[in-house]
Amino acid sequence: MNYRAVRAIYLFEMARTWRTLFQSIVSPVVSTSLYFVVFGAAIGSRISQVEGVSYGTFIVPGLIMLSVLTQSIANASFGIYFPKFTGTIYEILSAPISYVEIVLGYVGAAATKSIILGLIILATAGLFVPLHIHHPVWMLTFLVLTAVTFSLFGFVIGIWADGFEKLQMIPMLVVTPLTFLGGSFYSIDMLPPTWRTVALLNPVVYLISGFRWSFYEIADVSVSVSIGMTLAFLVICLAVIWWIFRTGYRLKN
Amino acid sequence: MSSIISVANLSKTYGSGFKALKNVNLDIKRGEIFALLGPNGAGKTTLISIICGIANPSEGKVLVGGEDIQTSYRKARSLIGLVPQELHTDAFESVWATVSFSRGLFGKPKNPAHIEKVLKDLSLWDKKDNKIITLSGGMKRRVMIAKALSHEPQILFLDEPTAGVDVELRKGMWEVVRTLQQSGVTIILTTHYIEEAEEMADRIGVINKGEIVLVEDKATLMQKLGKKRLTLHLQNKIAALPESLAHYELDLCDSGATLVYDYDTKGERTGITSLLSDLRTAGIRFNDLDTTQSSLEDIFVDLVRAS
Repeated sequence: MNYRAVRAIYLFEMARTWRTLFQSIVSPVVSTSLYFVVFGAAIGSRISQVEGVSYGTFIVPGLIMLSVLTQSIANASFGIYFPKFTGTIYEILSAPISYVEIVLGYVGAAATKSIILGLIILATAGLFVPLHIHHPVWMLTFLVLTAVTFSLFGFVIGIWADGFEKLQMIPMLVVTPLTFLGGSFYSIDMLPPTWRTVALLNPVVYLISGFRWSFYEIADVSVSVSIGMTLAFLVICLAVIWWIFRTGYRLKN
Repeated sequence: MSSIISVANLSKTYGSGFKALKNVNLDIKRGEIFALLGPNGAGKTTLISIICGIANPSEGKVLVGGEDIQTSYRKARSLIGLVPQELHTDAFESVWATVSFSRGLFGKPKNPAHIEKVLKDLSLWDKKDNKIITLSGGMKRRVMIAKALSHEPQILFLDEPTAGVDVELRKGMWEVVRTLQQSGVTIILTTHYIEEAEEMADRIGVINKGEIVLVEDKATLMQKLGKKRLTLHLQNKIAALPESLAHYELDLCDSGATLVYDYDTKGERTGITSLLSDLRTAGIRFNDLDTTQSSLEDIFVDLVRAS
């Protein structure tokens, strides 16, 4: 294992985060705060409790997930796409490092960044609404699993994309809608039965449901199903990355 | 000298069906400066990319320091420093950070003294804290070299190292390359500037349309393929060549004021003695004469045309 290389990539990517602090950390925190103001305070004050929790409090796990998902994908896809775009990828490919090490460096940094972001948003939420986390360990487990899984997914997008348009396409057209429809702002029990069934096809529902359970012990689906679905998506992403490196897809051909 | 790189039956076909390399066989000797010449699109960069691990080969085998580049890629790649043709840099990083990053990437422990030496050798020391985006093209090129040297490679690939670099800087870079060779580094350079190969290389390989056309010691190549040209400056202009001189295939130039004779140094006879004697018989006298040797560039153009 070339630990020094993993460390070099990881620190390089983290340095990019600190260099672009405003874009990386401040802007997601600001936009999440706006959600609290609009949904929590303005609209939320007209909504009665959801399953025994005030609306403002109810949306906290969903909002954190919304940021963690989008930021994981954005960080990881940009992290690997940018060297491809500028050409500096030559150095990564010609270095004595394995694919596992490359992924550890890039995905590790992207995931770290979104976990930090998730925790910052959690702290910010604490300023707006009262919070109580029933299962802190599970909360962290869901946070880490989601950050890692979606950073892997972002890595795949970054490899696949051959232009900035494609880089934005999946996050904009697929991930954001799925996240909004995944129960960030409501319980899917509030949906009519047909739409409820449709919603269950959305993988994000399971992530948000599990994460919300770790806070309030309320869930749309059982926790084991949430964990199972997250792990399944993780395995799919790992398999795709394995295939990418084995074939050299968009990297070595 | 033993081979440090050994390329056997290497082929590369791109997804589009384009055959960039066709059954290439090549050995690079330890400690030499090897110049790979070829026109644009000949396969130079593809060959380097495969050896360095940037592109996958379609067929064939490459050993670097005796290690297979595919099965033993860690050992093979750690011996190599690569300076690619394009200036690929992390624009917003400082020179020091980017060069240190390269060392880490190759798994070497931190060694600020070595990085300092590399930067000083390349006259980059006073720029070490500058962001790369603020540097000139020639400095960026040197940053690329510094990155390649950061992990103390035994082999250095320089893909068009002096493209777009001014004359003074080019000479400076040649100095750096020579110093590296003296320290035991094997250097493979591709270039369009034949003058550069002529100046630097111990051996020369010519590649065209994905095939190695020739590999030869520079001196032998110059001697073997070098044509010489004898130019005679006549005392009096002549209107036409006499019949008796027709078989020498002379060129009458400058409105009949000079005679040009091309001859082959590798031929058994150059024909000079008989030419001079036949000229005297024909009553053609000359004031002066000079001979010139064809340059590597002429040799190169001939080879590429022939292939």
